[in-house]
Amino acid sequence: MAGNSSNAIDPIHQFQINKIFDLNIAGVDFSFTNASLFMVATVAVATLFLVMSTSGRGLVPSRMQLLAEMSYEFVASTLRGSAGNDGMRFFPLVFSLFMFVFVANLIGMVPYFFTVTSQIIVTFALSLVVIGTVTIYGFFKHGTGFLKLFVPSGVPAYVVPLVTTIEIISFLSRPVSLSVRLFANMLAGHITLKVFAGFVVMLTGLGAIGIGAAIMPLILTIAITALEFLVAFLQAYVFTVLTCMYLADALHPSH
Amino acid sequence: MSNTQGEQLNTGTLVPADGHAAEGNFPPFDSTTYPSQLLWLAITFGVFYWVMAKVVLPRIGGILEDRRDRIAGDMAEASRLKKETDDAIASYEQALADARKKANNMASEARTKLSAETEAARVAAEDKLAAKLSEAEQSIAKIKADSLAQVGDIAADTTGDLVKVLIGGKAPTKASVTKAVADVLK
Repeated sequence: MAGNSSNAIDPIHQFQINKIFDLNIAGVDFSFTNASLFMVATVAVATLFLVMSTSGRGLVPSRMQLLAEMSYEFVASTLRGSAGNDGMRFFPLVFSLFMFVFVANLIGMVPYFFTVTSQIIVTFALSLVVIGTVTIYGFFKHGTGFLKLFVPSGVPAYVVPLVTTIEIISFLSRPVSLSVRLFANMLAGHITLKVFAGFVVMLTGLGAIGIGAAIMPLILTIAITALEFLVAFLQAYVFTVLTCMYLADALHPSH
Repeated sequence: MSNTQGEQLNTGTLVPADGHAAEGNFPPFDSTTYPSQLLWLAITFGVFYWVMAKVVLPRIGGILEDRRDRIAGDMAEASRLKKETDDAIASYEQALADARKKANNMASEARTKLSAETEAARVAAEDKLAAKLSEAEQSIAKIKADSLAQVGDIAADTTGDLVKVLIGGKAPTKASVTKAVADVLK
């Protein structure tokens, strides 16, 4: 893995985290890295877009303002659809999660840019925020009544232990599935893209025949790029929808 | 500290570290980067959440609400204006109907008056004609009766002359001829 020439076609290299400046606190490495830089970029792009586009507060929206309003209404209707009007208290969290994941995914589509959401620790931390909110709010609001979530009503007594076990396992696996889904989609998409783009580079190095043969992976690269833009939106949406559904559990545990 | 731990965790399943600690491992599973990523994610996402909750979302919500209010107000104004228009149309149609009714009344009055006058004139003319007709009929009947009365005399004279010419000699008396003619005419 030494040398820059192999980095050009190494599909894993794009996930490499490099320090930009060192920061050690109590012996733990908190360095500002390229991952940190792109987190800052994600937040900056999303915030600037939303603040600038709505600064006019136009009664008749401009195009940019319309986009901001559409994202607002989109997330609001998703949340209201699964968690009801009570769920709107979590709207800032859900909206922030959606915009953060979506913008991070989109920034990751730019060549040579780092994809924040392709790091399992980032997606896991975000899903822990969701599950932590659900659990803490659930117990805060319903007390031990929140445990009804694990005991569905209308189930015969002799299957209750089994069903409860399954419900608890399913609850505990939520943060894992939520984070792994987003992480694996972004990781696999970027690796695939890089592998096919690498074929184009390698084949064109072989001369005339190679250039002809490179057309196939080139077409595939273009197609996968389009698909990855869809995945970038879709995974942000899926993350948001699941967040809304889990929050609905916190609001109404006895389903 | 944490560097060596991270290496130990990953060396079992992945390419062994060859001096470049981070480069040898699959980067997303390199736990040495986790504290840094968690810290910066907490900072950036925390700031983002704060800006969304305090600035952006209230602003967009306000824009949408203003628009909804404005549209509702405009709709109310429009329905008020529509009601006014409807009222104006109704009163106009009322006036039109009244005028039409009045015109109809006047026309029918005039028609009745005219037809009464015409009828009177017609009746007078008819009476006059009928009088004239009966007068004429009377004179015709008189003339006819006179003529018929004279027919007997003419016939008697003619018969007397004929008898005289045909049989010669003395003419029969006028009375006998008249009687015979009257018998024949019966």
